Amino acid sequence: MSRKIDFLNEKAREIRKLSIKAVGRLGVGHIGGVLSICDVVAALFFEVMNIDPKHPDMEDRDRFVLSKGHGGPAVYAALAVKGFIDEKELDTLNRPNTRLPSHCDRRLTRGIDMSTGSLGQGFSAAAGMALAACMDRKDLYIYSIIGDGESQEGQVWEAAMLAGSRRLDHLIAFTDYNKMQIDGWTEDINGIDPLEDKWKAFGWHVQSIDGHDMSQILYAIRMAKSTKGKPSMIILNTIKGKGGYFCEGELTSHNMPVTEEMWKKAVDLLDKEEI
Amino acid sequence: MVLENRWLRETYVDLLIEYAKKDERVAIVEADLMRAAGTLRFQEAFPDRVVDVGVAEANMIGVAAGMSAMGKIPFTHTFTPFATRRVCDQVTLSVAYAGLNVKMMGSDPGVTAEYNGGTHMSIEDVSIMRNIPGMIIYEPVDSVQLIDIFPQIMEHYGPVYIRLLRKNAVKIHKIGDKFQLGKGVLLKKGKDVTIIAGGIMVEEALKAEELLAGMGISAEVIEIHTVKPLDEEMVVKSAEKTCAVVVAENHSIIGGLGGAVSECLSESCPVPVKRVGVKDHFGEVGLTPFLKEKYGLTKEEIVKAVGVVLEKKKVREN
Repeated sequence: MSRKIDFLNEKAREIRKLSIKAVGRLGVGHIGGVLSICDVVAALFFEVMNIDPKHPDMEDRDRFVLSKGHGGPAVYAALAVKGFIDEKELDTLNRPNTRLPSHCDRRLTRGIDMSTGSLGQGFSAAAGMALAACMDRKDLYIYSIIGDGESQEGQVWEAAMLAGSRRLDHLIAFTDYNKMQIDGWTEDINGIDPLEDKWKAFGWHVQSIDGHDMSQILYAIRMAKSTKGKPSMIILNTIKGKGGYFCEGELTSHNMPVTEEMWKKAVDLLDKEEI
Repeated sequence: MVLENRWLRETYVDLLIEYAKKDERVAIVEADLMRAAGTLRFQEAFPDRVVDVGVAEANMIGVAAGMSAMGKIPFTHTFTPFATRRVCDQVTLSVAYAGLNVKMMGSDPGVTAEYNGGTHMSIEDVSIMRNIPGMIIYEPVDSVQLIDIFPQIMEHYGPVYIRLLRKNAVKIHKIGDKFQLGKGVLLKKGKDVTIIAGGIMVEEALKAEELLAGMGISAEVIEIHTVKPLDEEMVVKSAEKTCAVVVAENHSIIGGLGGAVSECLSESCPVPVKRVGVKDHFGEVGLTPFLKEKYGLTKEEIVKAVGVVLEKKKVREN
């Protein structure tokens, strides 16, 4: 077990480094919300999901919807490490004619299942995917990550109500609960607590864990998969900007300039952690 | 099947059921208006291919998009205002931007919302949908046409907005007539003026043509059922011949068929154009004949508009 955890932690570190580098080379980006999801993204892409970089359109694959679409760079880094796209392509992030816009686009990127960016919408699509899989009696899972700020969108709760009411137990969702949004602390702007109670009230199986603890992430997903008759919400208590010395826990990290000095130092520090 | 005595929605639901039998990808996504859309019959036939999300139109579109991403061909149903202005961002991003294949039916366009009144009266829906890249906008004029066009909607991969009069439509076409999505229909040949009409205004345009003929004016009548993509070729060709154009629609004169024709002609064949439609104001409660009269959606208004463009044409010729 610990070897698997080590392996996945290493993948999360690689995803962090590649994300910081891609955003840093561009000079600006949503680095905070990218770095807060790297651990769960590593768990999904390197352990949990049934996906194949050689067959990205495999019919019965699991699907992944990053409803907080601005976290795209973390997913692109995972797709590069997994072999869906070339690692060199990460440097094209947000550049002219790129296939990697910072908000996910299913038409452009190999391995992206849904276009997202207008918050709340991806979550409805994830529910639709789960319903379609149900109709076809397919035993595949839909994974989706929403943001805590995104949870202020009404559409999230429209989808939540439907998924709970339809008992979509193959829909497994995560809230990246880093407690911050563009204008400040989520609590100060439009608090979403008590978050666990809200999801429970909508008929979901709810777990609240340390979103940077790989063994907790894997355990929670295992519990979610074994839960029958309810969709699962795993609340990831995370730190915005986790692993980036210049942005970790910073309110300004939602979308910030990243200089060459910053990204190189951040990558060096992550390299040293490896030892 | 006696088409002229059937509501358009019954023909529409027949077609849905027929195609669902042939193609297991066909599914419907509803927002608590199955009774209005007539899709309860579909549910009886295919209970496993229905998702009724309840009163949540944004979610209806998002869920349909997700189902399309899984290979389904979802059809969504609600009233025109909720199919367009209420879900504008969802249709734009989750469906069109994402390159997905969702067909969206909006019923009771413009003044046909009747007793549902101003809140349910969309006179801007075409204008909204026209701005979404890749969107096809189709408004059947009668059942004969809907039956002929429906297979083309099924074959087309991509979003289609079907602006559907729910009730009985005046019969315009004969069984056996052929139509093409994106192509206009030349209903009457003429030489003095072109009248371009869609939906319930086609009947008014044909009546106006008769009145004009009595006045010695030869009007060409074109039906445009697909506002987008507009049949520019037919519009320009007719405008080049008549040099005067009137557009009549059950929609705001801003951004709908009148807007589309004006944009096309101002670039390709600038001739006098007059738009007959709802002026820049909201809808209200009332039966269709009352509202048509009040908003000037009548043959008389079309005849008046013809007078205006013919006057301008004369001035230009001199």
